[in-house]
Amino acid sequence: MSFKVPKTLEKEIDERVTHYPVSKRSAVMPVLHALQHHFGYLSEESIEWAATKLELEPIQVLEVVTFYPGFRQSAPGKYHIRVCRTLSCAMAGGYKLMESLCEKTGIDRSGVTHHNPVAVSPDGKFSIEFAECLASCGTGPVCLVNDDFHEAVSDVDALLNQYS
Amino acid sequence: MSGIQYQSGKEPHPREHRVVFKNVDREGWDPSIKTYMGDGGYAQLEKAFGMKPQEITDEVKKGGLRGRGGAGFPAGVKWGFIPPNNEKPVYLICNADESEPGTFKDRYIIHQDPHQILEGMIISCFAVGANLAYIYIREEFPEGARILEKAIEEAHAKGFLGKDILGSGFDLEIYVHRGAGAYICGEETGLIESLEGKRAYPRIKPPYFPAAIGLYLCPTIVNNVETLCHVKHIIEVGGEEWAKTGTPNNTGTRILCVSGDVRKPGYFEVEVGKVTLGELIDDLCGGLKEGRKLKAVIPGGSSAKVLRAGEVFKVGKGENERELSIEDIPMDFDTLAACGSMAGSGGVIVIDDSRSIGWVLNNINAFYAHESCGQCTPCREGTLWMKKITDRVVAGNASPSDIDTLDAVARNIDGRTICAFGEACAWPTESFIEKFRDELISDTDPELEGAIVNPESLVAATALK
Amino acid sequence: MSEEKTDLLDVQIDGEWHQFPKGTRMIEACRQVGAEVPHYCYHPKLTSPGNCRMCLVEMGMPPRPRPGDDPPEPDESGHLPIAWIPRPAIACANTIAPNMGIRTTGALTEECRRGVMELLLANHPLDCPICDQAGECRLQEFSVEHGKGKSRFREQKVKKPKNVDVGPRIRLDDERCILCSRCIRFSEEIADDPVLGFTDRGSHTVLSVYPGRELANNYSLNTVDICPVGALTSNDFRFQMRVWFMKETPTVDTNCGTGCNIVVHSRQNKIYRITPRRNNEVNSDWMPDSHRLNYHWIDSEARLTDPLIREGNRHRVADWSEAIAVAAEKLSGLEGGEIAIIASARMTNEELLMVKRLAKHFGADHLDIVPRQGEGDGYLISADGNPNTNGAKLVLGLKKPGSRLASIRKGIQKGSIKGLVALQENLVDDADFSPELLDKLDFFLTSYPLANPTADAADVVLPGACWAEKSGTMINVTGRLQRLNKAVDGPGQTLEPWEIVRDLVQATGGENGVYTAADIFAQLAGEIPEFEGLTWGGVGDLGLPLIETGETIPLLEREKERIAKGLVVG
Repeated sequence: MSFKVPKTLEKEIDERVTHYPVSKRSAVMPVLHALQHHFGYLSEESIEWAATKLELEPIQVLEVVTFYPGFRQSAPGKYHIRVCRTLSCAMAGGYKLMESLCEKTGIDRSGVTHHNPVAVSPDGKFSIEFAECLASCGTGPVCLVNDDFHEAVSDVDALLNQYS
Repeated sequence: MSGIQYQSGKEPHPREHRVVFKNVDREGWDPSIKTYMGDGGYAQLEKAFGMKPQEITDEVKKGGLRGRGGAGFPAGVKWGFIPPNNEKPVYLICNADESEPGTFKDRYIIHQDPHQILEGMIISCFAVGANLAYIYIREEFPEGARILEKAIEEAHAKGFLGKDILGSGFDLEIYVHRGAGAYICGEETGLIESLEGKRAYPRIKPPYFPAAIGLYLCPTIVNNVETLCHVKHIIEVGGEEWAKTGTPNNTGTRILCVSGDVRKPGYFEVEVGKVTLGELIDDLCGGLKEGRKLKAVIPGGSSAKVLRAGEVFKVGKGENERELSIEDIPMDFDTLAACGSMAGSGGVIVIDDSRSIGWVLNNINAFYAHESCGQCTPCREGTLWMKKITDRVVAGNASPSDIDTLDAVARNIDGRTICAFGEACAWPTESFIEKFRDELISDTDPELEGAIVNPESLVAATALK
Repeated sequence: MSEEKTDLLDVQIDGEWHQFPKGTRMIEACRQVGAEVPHYCYHPKLTSPGNCRMCLVEMGMPPRPRPGDDPPEPDESGHLPIAWIPRPAIACANTIAPNMGIRTTGALTEECRRGVMELLLANHPLDCPICDQAGECRLQEFSVEHGKGKSRFREQKVKKPKNVDVGPRIRLDDERCILCSRCIRFSEEIADDPVLGFTDRGSHTVLSVYPGRELANNYSLNTVDICPVGALTSNDFRFQMRVWFMKETPTVDTNCGTGCNIVVHSRQNKIYRITPRRNNEVNSDWMPDSHRLNYHWIDSEARLTDPLIREGNRHRVADWSEAIAVAAEKLSGLEGGEIAIIASARMTNEELLMVKRLAKHFGADHLDIVPRQGEGDGYLISADGNPNTNGAKLVLGLKKPGSRLASIRKGIQKGSIKGLVALQENLVDDADFSPELLDKLDFFLTSYPLANPTADAADVVLPGACWAEKSGTMINVTGRLQRLNKAVDGPGQTLEPWEIVRDLVQATGGENGVYTAADIFAQLAGEIPEFEGLTWGGVGDLGLPLIETGETIPLLEREKERIAKGLVVG
């Protein structure tokens, strides 16, 4: 499959770039966000496309991609879940939430490493990873499913049912 | 506040004094500009345009507004650091990268009252002479970013942004910039590097004090969401009047976020220093859980040094010297500092006697190991080392001397790094060991002393001789 | 008091007061008074990120009086007391301030260094016995001075990529890398080729090139030089020789008119590597890869090792006295107008003075060199491919080097030129002299380091030493006089070209009497006005400005701009 950035996406990206009148390089993160939102993750093609768009060396883009955990280099599931791992959520059952989410979605996290934090369900529908503090410590445990925030998650089935 | 109705079950506690959070959970409230303006919104902006920029700064100084992001540095003083003979453009950045564990206040303002932030920002930009400003919002707030962009669009349409705002001759554009999951972007120079499209490596200070050499090497003011919101309220009542809330040198209100082992965790906007930690836990949060005892409190985000229940804190000097128990501590900047910790970002994490200190510390260490940017040696190498030691403590695979090593590693980071992350990651370990050494030691096994040796270090030791 | 002097500030270093110009970095001030501050990331030619933290020192300033308190009193020497700051400061990026105090020794500074060393070594492999950097590794050196000797690190080390090809000439070991970012900054700031970067984060950070890209620019090997550890190694040098066995000879590169200052590293007459040597008026700290690696031919099979005399269709080995005698006899039989001499702008001023003597002795009218005009690279490689064109102009009095070659060819063609002496040039390959043309000569002598088609056509072939095997001076494109120092002996009977020409002059009854290049230099000083008053020793390792040429070195000009902006120390 050949890599192609649709016209509408490129238009959106070009508009984002105008937000940085002083330095195009500043637009790296918004450009990457737009590409990741569209493609699900950042492929080598996406990285090189962003570099060309912003007149950067590809390594300058890769440096950014690998620094920020919010950027992924592998395809997630249709619904990407991020479970807060940090103290208040952990005290409220964050690790347990991760366990039950994995159990219910059939995700095996045994292959997860620092370099491959995302695990995907066999049917490709869900993927999951731990995130650090999602800033909702008063209503733990919390998780993000794609862009949706879920606080004080107690019923995992009900949560997953929203994404079926 | 009288006359304001709040959603059922989300009413503010009577001890609260809502200013910045006035519209959070308010009945019938929405984030639109119509609702905001229907409640007197943007009136302070008009008022500010009737003042000279310096007068605005002076009011903020008079108010004694201290930064709500973590360091508690006076905002007006920070603004005053822009070189007087500056000819470069000035930028303002709203730090909405809320990511200090235990802190969850800015998201509510962003989601429910975005125009309050914009009004505060526009006034602040006018004060410091910034014609371009960014809101750096963490990526994990996608909804928040959309709400802010919509609010910016609305403000544009009403002429509060763009060219010649309200006929003042002042131009301003504000853009939303989304982060991508890096705690270090809360550090203002790391944030600036990130906004320049780079890895968020904090800059060395000197020479890169943002107010002099910031974004694109131009003077840049970075303020927290809550801080910028307060600017609007200072203009409304005047700095002197505003300073009457709170306590001397700890003026105004601030939002305390309580999480952990309390019955009713949540956010509470209170006058700074008017509520003690005990009152916060027992009154505002409904106390500890059934049958539990207080073990420890992290009072200002996970970087703040832990306070142990039963500790006696000596504060004040000379005839003002007094002893405080953990419950007596008024939640203000100066007293928490005097108790050896800090008010930080206002994130209070309560830990009861059901928790293992080793487990808590390991969770915190895992956070800092994950979030270290890796630029400078001590933090890059030390954070992961500390995590690996506490991993072993939790797994029962540590010896007593490991606790000493852990402490030594933390002290080798503390004060030796480029940015304050060094302290942030070292203070939890230092303070937990100082205050809970016995418990940590009890998690270790003396028989493992000398038994756990990384074979590579043996080679190392030989090679160095 | 320091305030009264606008330029110099008083700074106390390890208890002694000194004065330094305003703007001096703390680390440079310390170095100037002999208090070396260990460091990894700091490099005076690059920006200072302050990331290694090795240069942390204790620092103090005059106490700031509280409101209402009296200001501090100066002591008898006029200095204010110093309030030492409990938090250490990096010496690399901070500049000095009036009445500042710095302690490069003492408990705090030592503790910081020990701490940083322990942390740097925590995840560093201890493979010194197989590491090329051993012997010149800053990590190794400082761990002896500031390390603990025993590791408290009981964890699994972070695993990172090893033996990575980052470019055609360089290999990377990420586990050895201490992430100082010198190579990244060099590539971006000096070589304008930002192909290196850090990927990943925290303890897992690695130095990387983008997949499919290469660190391949012609300055890439400078990153190996500035790598403080053995992370970046040169394919050319790795596993060849332990650094402590090698002899280091400071000399000058002769690949172009810039004359980069270099060190030749050799052992038992074999060159193992060449590295740039700092000269802020010539090459800063850098040199091109193409020049650095152009040395393998020096000990190749193709070297001429003995004088050769043609007999019929082949050459036979001779000794020097015979070869010189044959040449002297043949040349003496010719009129001055029948002899042409083609010397080389790769020859030293001393050699060229001998050539001048030779030409004068025979009354040879036809005298020239082979020019090598090309294109500069905008960094350090000059458009002039000859290292000593300015010397040839000055010593031989050539106005337009190369302008007489055509008439020499013509003279040979029509028979008016019967004898040709070609010194250190390959006329067939480099100067459009065909073997057929050279065959027309009654007598043709050439000296050169390597066998070549020109030598094939010569009656007498003399093995002339190459640049690394000789001493002498040259004048670079900017007009700077620089000195070559002999690093290795030439093979076999090889002689330095000045010796060869001296012997020719003597054998044909010319004047006697120089025994070293320095002797000839003294004669240069006596007869060429620009050299007046100069001495061999006075040229020094860094050379000195001799003539105005109006030429500049692009890389240096950019460096000056960065210095002026305060970005780098210089």
